[in-house]
Amino acid sequence: MDDLRRHLIAIGDLDREGIERILETAASFESVQEREVKKVPTLRGRTVVNVFFESSTRTSSSFELAAKRLSADVMSLKASGSSVDKGESLKDTIQTLSAYGPDVVVIRHAAIGAALKTTGYTNAHVVNAGDGKHQHPTQCLLDLYTIREALGRLDGVQVAIVGDVLHSRVARSNIQGLLAVGAQVLLVGPPTLIPRGIEATGVRVSHEIGDIATADVVYVLRMQSERMAEGANYVPSLREYTERWGVTSSRVSPRQIVMHPGPMNRGVEIGADLADSNQSLILRQVQAGLVTRMAVLYDLVTRPYRDTAERPAVEVAA
Amino acid sequence: MVIRGARVIDPASGVDAVLDVEVRDGVIAALGSGLVATAAAEEIDATGLTVLPAFVDPHVHLRTPGQEYKEDLESGTRAGAAGGYCQLLAMPNTVPTIDSRTVLESLFERGERDCVIPTGFLGAISVGLAGAQLTDMYELASCGVAGFTDDGRPVERAGLLRRAFQYARPIALPIALHEEDLTLSRGGHMHEGAVSAELGIGGYPGIAESAMVARDLAIARYEDARVHLQHLSTRGSLEEVARARAAAVRVSCEATPHHLLLTDQAVRSLHGDAKMNPPLASEDDRQALIAAVRDGVVDCIATDHAPHAFEEKDAPFEQAPNGVTGLETAFAAIYGGLVLPGILPLATVLRAMSLAPARAFGLVEPTIAVGRPANLALWDLADRHVVRADRFQSRSANSAFIGREVVGRCHLTIAAGRVAWRLAPVGDPR
Repeated sequence: MDDLRRHLIAIGDLDREGIERILETAASFESVQEREVKKVPTLRGRTVVNVFFESSTRTSSSFELAAKRLSADVMSLKASGSSVDKGESLKDTIQTLSAYGPDVVVIRHAAIGAALKTTGYTNAHVVNAGDGKHQHPTQCLLDLYTIREALGRLDGVQVAIVGDVLHSRVARSNIQGLLAVGAQVLLVGPPTLIPRGIEATGVRVSHEIGDIATADVVYVLRMQSERMAEGANYVPSLREYTERWGVTSSRVSPRQIVMHPGPMNRGVEIGADLADSNQSLILRQVQAGLVTRMAVLYDLVTRPYRDTAERPAVEVAA
Repeated sequence: MVIRGARVIDPASGVDAVLDVEVRDGVIAALGSGLVATAAAEEIDATGLTVLPAFVDPHVHLRTPGQEYKEDLESGTRAGAAGGYCQLLAMPNTVPTIDSRTVLESLFERGERDCVIPTGFLGAISVGLAGAQLTDMYELASCGVAGFTDDGRPVERAGLLRRAFQYARPIALPIALHEEDLTLSRGGHMHEGAVSAELGIGGYPGIAESAMVARDLAIARYEDARVHLQHLSTRGSLEEVARARAAAVRVSCEATPHHLLLTDQAVRSLHGDAKMNPPLASEDDRQALIAAVRDGVVDCIATDHAPHAFEEKDAPFEQAPNGVTGLETAFAAIYGGLVLPGILPLATVLRAMSLAPARAFGLVEPTIAVGRPANLALWDLADRHVVRADRFQSRSANSAFIGREVVGRCHLTIAAGRVAWRLAPVGDPR
């Protein structure tokens, strides 16, 4: 029998309608953040398990708080301090946690495909909170939310993604998501950090930082030096990288908005003053992450199957 | 035994007719119509079935010694017999490596007892496949290796490969090469291209293979060596081979069924069974490979049968080991995917799976003619079925063709005159 449970493994799991539905839901959760008691009973009695095999501050805290604001029972497990350290495999860890019968498993793992594998080890809905260099779909949703909020639209928006695209799951999810909602994407960076063949997705590629001038949004990627093997020579030095591709105040105009998925290397890929300027939406992204992840959890639990036309959605009081 | 009424096809002997085949004392005793069997002989009604020459696979991993949980000599050769093969050549990247007389002799001894079909072994080029010290090639040759290879790894140092060619010249056995420039493939887990860019999986560029092919063919040409290139997968490599052939370099080479039928698009599943080395390449590479088989630039089809346990392949893609099984699906996948649609002639495929690899390694040529040793298989070429993980004779089920439709099922294999495989009655998976 086909497994019709819905998951969010890659942003491509959502069509344009699905993306827009989640962004709308996220917007409706904004009011919760303004209340004195920042909590709704939407997912009361539901269980969300966060399993983070890779370090994360904003994503894990964002998912945990999102689940709590929806009144779900939350269990958050970090790789350190758990039996993961004792060599327990992904499969065993997920199966063990799934024995508690969670409704949603949120997983971050360094290996590409770990979230997809997880769907085979649990009866819960699985949300990919980042799998290696592959995908980070909730980051994409929160970025789309932030852009739409700032510019009032997504269709036709020009986004320049700058930096280490090669090692970036954020870039991969954002490319797919932005193109799906009608935005245009330009990738800018040294040829060694732009994956060969990426043009086939429908993006344009440039190696000149000056080409970000026409963009509405300048999206700066973190220089993931921890992913660069010794001697691989993707860039000869961070000094030269910053010189040629660093996004600084002098390289953007005041009408452009600047985003970054964090954590930032201030003074490397992004100028410190620019990061803290009015045109930077970096903290707004963090806030958007909370309501967007609330919306993702809500969407999966209330529309549990892919053919929702045939199976009635579970009624959940909002 | 008399196999009655099958269509017998053997391009090597020029046969294509409905005939009776009589096998007696391990030899094809008669071919003709209305053969009268001796009273004691078994008769097989093969009406509607097809007799083909049995296949020869010059490239399998039988995982013995050391990794028998993946495959052993018995299960691996039974898988071969079930796929219509009569001879296999096993690679030396075992634990320990087949790089000494001791290991080789114990293998031949075990093979004597366990192998369902005749099985030969290649010896390592370098001790422990470490790429530093040549093995005692003369001693290994005198023990009966069929050739030499460091398969699974390239011979990284050009100087060492040159020495191997020079030193082994009087032995006159082929040196088989896994072509990969490790400095180019490092960090790569799939073919570099649009799909790897989209998935974020580290790319293994086609030039990692073709640049090494160019280097090694230049060395082979200089040393006038007899070289066999394993599992070629990219257009660039095939162009190098064609150029070398034109310059009279003595080169034979292989294509695998998975490279002939699948591309890097299969990796979108993120399933470990789409992972092997060299990786599934682009559609352009695949078309070049098919054309190369058609034109004879690639003379052999080899499976690179590489069993792995389920738990090993169940890992996330980048952590899964390289390799897929192939013996039991090779012909049916190619027949259904390339022969029936008219992409490759049956005669070309049969030659590439049987005569050509036998010649490349100096093995018994499986020809269907009176007086020849019986090396043949009886096929139902109308049997269209979906490959299932629970139907393999191999100890492992890491096939890239699971869930795909193939055409052709082997009912009977006779290898070196002995019945090596009989399909059980319908309903019984074994």
